[in-house]
Amino acid sequence: MPRKLPYQNKIELLQGTLDLLILQTLQWGPQHGYGISQQIRTNSGEVLQVDTGSLYPALHRLERQQWVSSEWKVSENNQRVKVYRLTANGKKQLATERSRWEQLSEAIARALNPPNEESEA
Amino acid sequence: MRLRLWSQRRQREVELDEELHSHLQMAVQDRLERGETLEDAEAAVRREFGNVGLVKEVTRQMWGWVWLEQLLQDFRYGLRSLRRAPGFTIVAALTLALGIGASTAIFSAVNPILFESLPYPHADRVMMIWDFGPDGSPLYTTFGTYRELVERSHSFDAIAVMRPWQPTLTGASEPERLDGLRVSASYFQVLGVPPALGRDFDASDDQINGPKVAIISDGLWKRRFGGDITIVGRQIKLDDNPYTVIGVMPGAFENLLAPSAQLWSPLQYDKSLPPQSREWGHHLRMVGRLRPGVGTDQAKRELNTIAHTPVAGFSRPSHASLDSGLMMNSLQDDMTSGVRPALLAVLGAVLLVLLIACVNVTNLLMARGAQRRGEFAMRAALGAARSRLIRQLLTESLLLAIIGGALGMVVAAFGVSALVALSPPGLPRASAIGVDGPAFAFAFGITMLVGLLVGMIPALHVSRGGLHTGLQQSSRRTAGGHQLTRRTLVVVEVALALVLLVSAGLLLRSMQRLFAIDPGFDTSHLLTMQVQTSGQRFDADTTHRFFAQSQEAVSQVPGVTSAAFTSQLPLSGDLEDGYGVHFESSPTGNPEADNAALRYAVSPGYFETMSIPLRRGRLLNAHDVADAPLAVVISESLAKSKFPGQDPIGQRLRIGPNDGPWYTVVGVVGDVKQTSLVMSQSDAVYIPTTQWRFADKALWLVVRARGDAATLTPAIRNAIWSVDKDQPIVQVATMDNLLAASAAERRFALTLFEAFGIVALVLAATGIYGVLSGSVTERTREIGVRLALGASRSNILALVFRQGMTLTGLGVVIGLSGAVAATQAIVTLLFGVSRLDPITYLGVITLLVCVSVIACWVPAWRAARVDPSITLRAE
Repeated sequence: MPRKLPYQNKIELLQGTLDLLILQTLQWGPQHGYGISQQIRTNSGEVLQVDTGSLYPALHRLERQQWVSSEWKVSENNQRVKVYRLTANGKKQLATERSRWEQLSEAIARALNPPNEESEA
Repeated sequence: MRLRLWSQRRQREVELDEELHSHLQMAVQDRLERGETLEDAEAAVRREFGNVGLVKEVTRQMWGWVWLEQLLQDFRYGLRSLRRAPGFTIVAALTLALGIGASTAIFSAVNPILFESLPYPHADRVMMIWDFGPDGSPLYTTFGTYRELVERSHSFDAIAVMRPWQPTLTGASEPERLDGLRVSASYFQVLGVPPALGRDFDASDDQINGPKVAIISDGLWKRRFGGDITIVGRQIKLDDNPYTVIGVMPGAFENLLAPSAQLWSPLQYDKSLPPQSREWGHHLRMVGRLRPGVGTDQAKRELNTIAHTPVAGFSRPSHASLDSGLMMNSLQDDMTSGVRPALLAVLGAVLLVLLIACVNVTNLLMARGAQRRGEFAMRAALGAARSRLIRQLLTESLLLAIIGGALGMVVAAFGVSALVALSPPGLPRASAIGVDGPAFAFAFGITMLVGLLVGMIPALHVSRGGLHTGLQQSSRRTAGGHQLTRRTLVVVEVALALVLLVSAGLLLRSMQRLFAIDPGFDTSHLLTMQVQTSGQRFDADTTHRFFAQSQEAVSQVPGVTSAAFTSQLPLSGDLEDGYGVHFESSPTGNPEADNAALRYAVSPGYFETMSIPLRRGRLLNAHDVADAPLAVVISESLAKSKFPGQDPIGQRLRIGPNDGPWYTVVGVVGDVKQTSLVMSQSDAVYIPTTQWRFADKALWLVVRARGDAATLTPAIRNAIWSVDKDQPIVQVATMDNLLAASAAERRFALTLFEAFGIVALVLAATGIYGVLSGSVTERTREIGVRLALGASRSNILALVFRQGMTLTGLGVVIGLSGAVAATQAIVTLLFGVSRLDPITYLGVITLLVCVSVIACWVPAWRAARVDPSITLRAE
């Protein structure tokens, strides 16, 4: 019998990067949960498919930390939807996360290039 | 505020539901637009979304406070599951109630004595001060020593002395003899508790020929004077004398030095310390309060320095020389050190019982856990984490413990009343025993502990891997680890039961040995009571006449064989009349060295009534009156130590002060156990009541009866009252009862240990039964196979028995080593038996084996009656 696996994302996104993606998406304007997941998928060229099992916990966590706020609106199809928007704190957090991500990716890139190539140059 | 959180919670739940629902709808909508059918769209969306419930739960965790919700959920679930199995719940709860209740009861009794500090301010600074007797044992101090210490010592804020006083209160209601204390004026200052009404004593009250004043207790005030606050300043009649009440003590005050004392009056001794007076008698207890900043060692040193450096102003007679120094110990130690070993042993025993109860309930939980395997397997498959399951089970066991604890408080209340009723009379602070705050805290604490302890092992077992087997129904696989744990637990139970039973057995044998000792006189059919003369009209002559007439009257009562009076009664617990005895000449060493002996002033016929054998010479008789030559009868031990191999008849001795008269030894009688059956100090001197320098005001009447002694009590009382109707008669008891009371402490411990032992035995037996039953049920198929393959029924019987007896055997072996270690704790209670007494151990082992055989019987019987065709078909 296989060991019960802990709940996992389909693509192993670090928790911080999911937050980053959500905040970035909301920068384009307020959006509901389904819309956010579709938008991330589209913007990443169908590569990143956000698991709804991680999306909603992330959204609620972000709300608790007051980086996003939410309100109920009626959509075009006359449906009640909960729409999230970025707060001022959230904007600051987004900037922080972005710069951290850029630092991280730069560091990884440097680690992947062989050092002797650098010293030759 | 709670309600608002709740409704907020509800609101959020509803919203989350709606949010997720709308997400699903939009996803379906998109798919429909792309051309899928409704069913396909919905199926695809659900698959993609995953487990909605799980998503909700994870999301909810982001909100916080989840643990509280889960806890409440667990509680509700636990209650439901307990209700579904009422039999199990009742048995488990009752077992725990027994264990928790008994432990709380014992703790309530032990706490005020051993753990709490005494109910006085800074109680650890209150000290007892003792002189030393010639044999090195503590001795009461003299008033002279007290005066000297008051003047010379700087370590104490206040020192006080006291002696018993038993006045008769007369007045509107019937005369009543009260217990009281004569104290120096500083008594309440030493204890640190002033009177609640009126005033304390002061120095002017404590002068010789000073005013007759008294302070009464709250109990006496309420009972006898109706709680009337005008009592202060009123006069009451004590021993026919008017005393002014100057104060009333607070209700909460405990007079620990004499718990039954209800009134206090100043000693009023002569501060000029005349020689040969009562001011130099060793009959006072001394207590002092250390000055702040003075340590006990410092005080001890100072006392000894004072003792060894006599000064001119305070000359000391030779018998109060303080040559051996002075002893000091804290009041708390003084009061509790005697009972401490017994109480600690009893506390240990009850905790063992609690442990056995816990083991039993753990076993029950494990059996139940095995039944619920399917339920937990299902929950795990639905996604419950292992820690969640463990938490659930622990909550259930805590719930069980709380139910047991609540019931246990009822048991504790009963237990405490029983303890107080059973308790030996000398138990200090018996009035403070009750189910109070600390007891509740203790009960709560152990309930929580028990709940966790009991649930831990079953929780770990049930939530372990192998949950898939729970979903299958077959009994082919027995969860081997589970059985092993249960068997280990039973072995532990048997071992603990053995320890308790061995302790009980050793105490039982001690009691037997104790009562096999010959007290030196015939204790059967002997009635005793104390007769007091009170009032001013009793001078020496009147007193002697009263007692002589009373003795005559009592002898006439039908059923009475003989009667006599004595100033002290052996084994009555009331022996304080000891004096230094000085022989005129002694072949063994220095005649200056005094023997300490107990003085008995007896009427003619005493020895005959008590059946104390005469060894040499003659007994005291009616010819030994006041004017006749002073005669004394000594005990055999005294004769042997002073005149080994010689005839002591005709030798002369002095009792007490150096200028006392010489008594001539006229006879030697057999030794009598005096303070208790255990102690062997039996030096005694017997003189006629009429030949002592003062007439003892209270004498013990001993009556030998033909039949049942107790039934003669009314007739005898009437006989005495026919002589003088106003004299109190108290402490009526048969000698057999007094004998039993003298071993009260041991008996108390024995009764408790017996009770615990029986409980432990029953619990261990049910434990064995439970495990074997479970084992047989699980192995039904195996047994069926064996029977089908040709095993006989008796083989199966033997199989089960062997299993059961192995468990018992292991338990016994482990228990033996435990018993050897544990009995060290009760060594001080044992008498005449070693703690490794083989007879006791053999007896207990036999008992355990017999009980186990009985416990094995039913499961074995059931196993032997298994019908193989049924079991094999059920596959």
